[in-house]
Amino acid sequence: MRLIKPRLLVGIVIVSIFSVLGLLVPLFAPEDPTAWNTYFRNLPPSAEHIMGTNNLGQDIFWLLTWSIRNSLWIGLGVSAAATVIGVLVGIFSGFVGGITDRVLTLLMDVVIAVPSLPILILISALLGGKSSLWIIAGVLVVFNWPWPGRQARAMALSLREREFINVAGASGENTLKIIVWEILPFMLGWALANFINTILVAISAESGLAIIGLASLKDATLGTMIYWAMQHQALLLEKWLWILSPILSIMLLFIGLFLVSTGWSDYFATRRGRQ
Amino acid sequence: MAVVRFLAVRLMVYVLVVWIGVTIIFFVPRFVPGNPVEVMMGKLLSQGTTMDPVLVESMRKTLTELFGLEGTLWEQYSSFLSRVILTQDFGPSLSYYPTPVSMLVARALPWSLGLLLTALLTSWLLGNLIGLLAGYYNKKNLSKLIETGAMIVYPIPYYILALLLVILFAYIWPIFPFVFQVSGTPGSWPWIQSVAYNSFLPLVSIVAVSLGWWIISMKAMVIDTKEEDFVQYARSRGVSDHKIMLGYVARTAILPQITVLALSIGGVFGGALITEILFGYPGVGSLIYKAILGSDYNLMLGTISISIVAVATATLVLDLIYPFIDPRIRYK
Repeated sequence: MRLIKPRLLVGIVIVSIFSVLGLLVPLFAPEDPTAWNTYFRNLPPSAEHIMGTNNLGQDIFWLLTWSIRNSLWIGLGVSAAATVIGVLVGIFSGFVGGITDRVLTLLMDVVIAVPSLPILILISALLGGKSSLWIIAGVLVVFNWPWPGRQARAMALSLREREFINVAGASGENTLKIIVWEILPFMLGWALANFINTILVAISAESGLAIIGLASLKDATLGTMIYWAMQHQALLLEKWLWILSPILSIMLLFIGLFLVSTGWSDYFATRRGRQ
Repeated sequence: MAVVRFLAVRLMVYVLVVWIGVTIIFFVPRFVPGNPVEVMMGKLLSQGTTMDPVLVESMRKTLTELFGLEGTLWEQYSSFLSRVILTQDFGPSLSYYPTPVSMLVARALPWSLGLLLTALLTSWLLGNLIGLLAGYYNKKNLSKLIETGAMIVYPIPYYILALLLVILFAYIWPIFPFVFQVSGTPGSWPWIQSVAYNSFLPLVSIVAVSLGWWIISMKAMVIDTKEEDFVQYARSRGVSDHKIMLGYVARTAILPQITVLALSIGGVFGGALITEILFGYPGVGSLIYKAILGSDYNLMLGTISISIVAVATATLVLDLIYPFIDPRIRYK
């Protein structure tokens, strides 16, 4: 097995840093990071507040970690649900074939083509900023499962013809068992790359909605952090850390996730090629 | 026969996309707690605008009609469908009363389409050209540098880059306008200049992000294609390097890029909606935003329905053109 490419390595390092920042560090927050007036306002960075405080009296560092946490959970949750649904439907469709396959393929093509952002905007607007993260996440799942679904179907179609599947079928295994034991393991490598892409899509959609004030504004995410910073004149007050830290976090996190996803695809492809 | 089947399937997808989109728009307000009409009226009246009772009553009636709350569910649904698909009549805008929604959308749509098409075409042409060169000469250091750059920019969401550009070039170093402000009479030279000047940052934010993808994917495809047998054969026949790159490699590698172009329209459109809002660009995105801020339900329904139909139509058109470009496709 050859060494992991630098690209994948850089990606893994970035994603690991964000995972620690978002999933572990917030557990040690001294106070509720989203509460207002916990500290004095507009303090400069110091040993006590490494990124200072904003004019709502929140500690920017703890707020940032809390926002990363929520954004990551949205991404992970949506992506897990969409990938599981997509892969199962896709395999089922490709493996069963016939009229079922045609109907499901059509359904996936149609859902992919429906522009989801306008619909998300409509839903959030009608809920007037009170939409919970769950609703946004649910809608994102509905619009994102066909991407893994379509690819899983294509893979199932090609796998169906392979020798070891035929053997299993001939030896009397039922379809479900073949799917679970023979096809799923084959797809895991590819599914990871897709899983990461869906994380990107989900975090991006939520923060996009949040920036224009349409997401669940009570919950701190990277998007709502940008929104509140803009609403409270972070630019005029030159509170650069407040507004730029979530922007740069999104950029870095996305670059990291993208590097992991493409790096992993390459790695997986070469490894499979060597078998 | 195959042609007919291809067209039939493609048209069916199109019809289903529009139908499902419109159906979702129809049902969404019904899942929102409370009577949407009263919620909207409450919001409108609480904004402090004093309106005479006659206007309020007529507005309530328009809203009830628009929400389709009259008659049975089936009647409501079918009248809504025909409204979106056949007449595109969404009544008057509430915040720009009595300007019809269709007129506001007709005014905003050219702006959005102009920005979107310019951005898509610029990034597609530029990205594929750079990708072609980077892929053909992939042993050079510059080629690797370009790919790294593309990989860094590509994953960034459109609006995050837009936000960063606004902060950097309209705020910290104000060489571009913070607020979209066009001057001059439409069509005149100063007007064109001011449109170009004002649209520059929004355009750059969309182009930069989508450029990354075209470079990455084109480069990968060119590297594969240039090792194929027909290219090797041409090379051994002594065809010039220049001609191999353009006539053999580029022509083959560009084909999948056209399909992706069709698929990407929806995504770019969605991203551009938020970009427009951030820059105050006078397109459909800003119109949707104004509708939301002003609780203008007619305008909201109209803009969102029309954008769904517009994106679906654009995708359909590109999909139908594709087989004419790729000689290998026989309408399967």
